[in-house]
Amino acid sequence: MHNYLDDLEAQSIYIIREAYNRIHPLGMLWSIGKDSTAMLWLVRKAFFGKVPFPLILLDTGMEMDEVYAFRDKLTEDWDLPVINHMCPPEEEMDQTLPPATRAAMRKTEGLKTLLKEHQYKGIICGIRRDEQGLRAKERVFSPRANDGSWDFKDQPAEFWDQYKTETPEGAHMRVHPILHWTEVDIWRYMQRENIPICDLYFARDGKRYRSLGEKNITFPVDSTASNIEEIIAELETTKTSERAGRTMDKETEDSFEKLRTQGYM
Amino acid sequence: MAKKNNKNHQQLRVVIVGHVDHGKSTLIGRLLYDTDSLPDGKLEELEKASKRRGEEIEWSFVLDAFQAERDQAVTIDTTQIWFNTDAREYVIIDAPGHREFLKNMISGAAAADAAVLVVDAAEGVKEQTKRHAYMLHLLGLTQVAVVVNKMDLIGYDEQKFEAVSKDIKKYLGSIGLTPAFIVPISARNGDMIANRNDELAWYKGKNLIEVLDSFEISSPYTVHPLRFPVQDVYRFDNKKRIIVGRIETGVLNTGDELVFSPTNEKAIVTGIETWPKDEQRVSAKAGEVIGITLDQPIFVERGHIAAHKDTLPMLSNVFRANIFWLSHKPLKVGNTYTVRYGTSEARVTVQSIDNVIDTQDLGQEGAAHEVHRNEVAEITLRAKDLIPVDPYTDNMRTGRVVMYEGYDIAGGGAINMQGYPDQRTSGKPKSENIYAVSYLVDSDMRANRNGHYGGIFWFTGLSGAGKSTLAMAVEKELFDRGLNPYVLDGDNVRYGLNSDLGFSPEDRTENIRRVGEVAALQADSGLIVLTAFISPYQADRDRARKCKPQGFHEIYIKADVATCERRDPKGLYKKARKGEIKEFTGIDSPYESPVNPELVVDTETNDIETCVGQVVDYIIEHVKVEQSSRDPSETREKTFAIQ
Ligand SMILES: Nc1nc2c(ncn2[C@@H]2O[C@H](COP(=O)(O)OP(=O)(O)O)[C@@H](O)[C@H]2O)c(=O)[nH]1
Ligand SMILES: [Mg+2]
Repeated sequence: MHNYLDDLEAQSIYIIREAYNRIHPLGMLWSIGKDSTAMLWLVRKAFFGKVPFPLILLDTGMEMDEVYAFRDKLTEDWDLPVINHMCPPEEEMDQTLPPATRAAMRKTEGLKTLLKEHQYKGIICGIRRDEQGLRAKERVFSPRANDGSWDFKDQPAEFWDQYKTETPEGAHMRVHPILHWTEVDIWRYMQRENIPICDLYFARDGKRYRSLGEKNITFPVDSTASNIEEIIAELETTKTSERAGRTMDKETEDSFEKLRTQGYM
Repeated sequence: MAKKNNKNHQQLRVVIVGHVDHGKSTLIGRLLYDTDSLPDGKLEELEKASKRRGEEIEWSFVLDAFQAERDQAVTIDTTQIWFNTDAREYVIIDAPGHREFLKNMISGAAAADAAVLVVDAAEGVKEQTKRHAYMLHLLGLTQVAVVVNKMDLIGYDEQKFEAVSKDIKKYLGSIGLTPAFIVPISARNGDMIANRNDELAWYKGKNLIEVLDSFEISSPYTVHPLRFPVQDVYRFDNKKRIIVGRIETGVLNTGDELVFSPTNEKAIVTGIETWPKDEQRVSAKAGEVIGITLDQPIFVERGHIAAHKDTLPMLSNVFRANIFWLSHKPLKVGNTYTVRYGTSEARVTVQSIDNVIDTQDLGQEGAAHEVHRNEVAEITLRAKDLIPVDPYTDNMRTGRVVMYEGYDIAGGGAINMQGYPDQRTSGKPKSENIYAVSYLVDSDMRANRNGHYGGIFWFTGLSGAGKSTLAMAVEKELFDRGLNPYVLDGDNVRYGLNSDLGFSPEDRTENIRRVGEVAALQADSGLIVLTAFISPYQADRDRARKCKPQGFHEIYIKADVATCERRDPKGLYKKARKGEIKEFTGIDSPYESPVNPELVVDTETNDIETCVGQVVDYIIEHVKVEQSSRDPSETREKTFAIQ
C-alpha cells in the first residue's frame, strides 16, 4: 500500500545515489543514533544490500557503553565498512566556549582531522530540518570549506532535484539525504521496516533518551515509552523539542549557531 | 514537534512569499501559535527575547534562527517549519523577500504544492510582490492564495481591502494566475488566520486555515507517458547489472519494451529489483525510485532516458527556454553553459536571447545580448549533439532545465519546442538489405565532358529575402555562359514531390530532407543545383550537407524580418501578422541564421545585380575544372567564359 513514508524514502534514496554517482571519495557519518541508523538502512536499500562507502563514527570515547555495543553488533551482523575515528582531546578545544559546547566542538575538530586524513570530497550526514532552526535552513548538498565553515548567507540555489555537486580544492560537500524527515517520520519508518535500534531510546525507570550524544552532555527525558509504538504515540502529542536533553543548545542563545557555522553537523 | 494522529501523514508544502516586511515570518509564527504547534518553551523564549530587545512579541523570531536575522529583523535564507491543522500536516517554507534573495525563494518555492502571497494592506502591491508572483507562475504553481496583511493598520476597512485586492487580481491575471482566495488578515493580532473576528465581520470567505485545508497535494504524474531517466548503472560484486533511477512520469512494468534516448537502443524489462527482495514487484509508477534489469546487454548510461516506443521524447540539438537568471554574471549570446535536466547533462551555447521580460510591468523588452541577475528571458540554446527533450507544456517534470555556470546553479527554466521539429526519425532507411551500387562513370569524367563539376548551392533566408529571385537570375546567367544549372524552388517542389507536406516543424524537416537528397542526386549527375528554400533549421541544412559533403555550399541570403516584411512580395507577412497563417518563419516560427555559411549575400544593402554577380563568381570559382586536372584524352573540349 502506498504510504507517505514511501515518498520520503524515495527522495532519500535518490539523493544517496546522486551523491554516490557524483562525489568521490565519499563517506558517511554514522553516530549509531536513530537518524543515521535509519539512513544506513536507506543506503542498503539504495545499493541492494551493499554499503559502498565507509561509515564513520566520530568517536570521543565518551559515547555510552550501549552505543558501542550496538555498533559492534550491527557491524558484524551487516558486515559494515566502519571507520572509528578518534576526536582530539578536550584540552585542545577553545577554552572560552561553555563546557558542553566545548565537548561538542571535539566532534567538529574530529571531522576536520578525518577530512585531512582521508581527503573526502563528500560527507553524508543524517541531520533533519525539524531538529533545529538553523538546520531548517540547510541545503541537501551543502558546501563547506575544509575547516568546516558554513557560509549560510550565500547558500547555493537548489531546485528541481538539481544540486551543486562539485566543490573546489580545499572544500567538501555535506550531503543530507534525510533533511526532509521529521523525528516521528523516522520512528514510523523504523517501525515499518523493522530496523534494529539501540535500546537507550526505550524508557527504563520512567526515563529514556530521545537523542543520543556523549555521556557528559546528554540526559534522558521523562517518558514511559518502552517500545517504538509508544514512542510514536508520545511524539504525536508532545510539544517538547527533541534536543531538550542536550545541554549545549541551551547554554547560550546562539551556541548552536556558533557551532554550526564552525563546522558542526 | 507535535503531530496529530490522522491516518495519512502526507504533507502539503506551502511556500510563503511576498515583499520584504509585508509580514511573512510574522504570519508563520502566528500560524504556529494559533494552531498550537509551537514547541514547549518557545513562547516564553519569544517573550524573553522580545523583551530583551524592548519590543512586544515578534512572531517572526520563531523562524529567524540566526542572530543576524533577529538583529536585523530580516530572513536571510529559506527556512522550513512543520505544523498541522485538524485536517492534515503542513510544511511551511518561508522565503525571504529581498531582491537579492530570489535564489533562496526559488529554492524553497520550486517544491511547493501551494503558495501564499503576503501583501501589506497599507503598502499594496510592491516590486517583490510582482516578482515573486511571476516566479510562482514560472515554477508552475497554480494553487495560490493571497493574504492582505496588516488589516489593523488600515482600520480593518473593507473598501481599502477591496482596492488592494483589485490591484493584485489585475497583476496576477495578467500573468495567467488566478488567486484561489484573497483573505484579509492581521498576522500580528492573529485575525482571520485560525479564527474569525468582529472587525472583519464583513468578510464572509474562508479564513487562512480553511483556505490551506482546501488545497490539494500535487499528485505524481502517472498518466503521462513513461520517462525513466537513468541515474546510475550498478554491478556490485560482479552480480547482475541494475539500472537505477526515478520514474519521473508514467508507469513501467516488467515485460515492457523500453527505448533509450538518445541512443535508440531497445530492451525489455526483465525485473524490478528491490532490497529486501520482493518477487511480487512487477510494476512501478511516477515518483518511485527503482532499479531494473534488462534482457539485452545494450549500452546504457546515466542521462539516457527510457520511454515506451510510441511516446518517445523529442530529439533535438536546439531548444528554447523561458528562464530566470540567478548568477551575478550576465548570461550572454555565445556563452556556453552546462544544462542538467533529470539526470541528463549537456553543454549548450546561447544562440540567441529572443526576449527579456520585465517582471514589473511584464514589458517585452525584445531581443537582447545579455540577461542579468534576477531577470526573466526567452532564450534559444544549441547543443552539439541531439539530446532528448520534452516541452514543458507536455511534461512538467522533464520539460525543465537547470543551467550551471562552473560548479554553481545559475538559472533554470521551462523548455519550449514550439516551431522546432523532432529530429529523431529523419533520414534513416526504413527497410534493410539496401546496398548502394557503384557507378562506372565518376565525377571527374562528368566534369570533363560538361566543362564543370556539379555542386549544391544552398540558398537559405527568410521569406522575401530574395532567394528565388536570385536563384532564377543566377541560373539564367550561368546557363547563358554555357554551364548546366538547375533551380529547385520551394513552391515548385511543394506542388509535386512534396505535395503531401505542410508547414509543421516535422514537415518542414522532411521537405528539406527530400530536397537535399534530390539535389545531391542531381549534383552527382553533374548539374549545378541551386536550391531556394527558407530551410530555417541549421540541423536540416547540416543534414542536407551530409548528402554531398564535398560539393555543398551554404549561401545565406541575408535580410532581416523588418526588411522582408516591408517587401512582402506574396502578402504572406501581412497574413501571418493577422494570424491567418500559422507557424510562419520569422513571425511565430524560428529562423536560425547559418552558423558558418560559405557565402553571405546581403540583399538589404546591395542591389540584385551586385548580388547575382557575387553568387555567379562564387559558383564558377567552385565548379571550374582546373586545366592541369583535365583529362588529355578528352577530345570534345567544352569551354565557358570565365571573366
Ligand atoms: N501592524 C501590523 N504589523 C505587522 C503585521 N504583520 C507583521 N507586522 C510587522 O511587520 C514587520 C515585518 O514583518 P516580517 O514578518 O518580518 O516580514 P517579512 O519580511 O515578510 O518576513 C514586523 O515588524 C512585524 O511585526 C500585522 O498584521 N500588523
Ligand atoms: Mg521574514
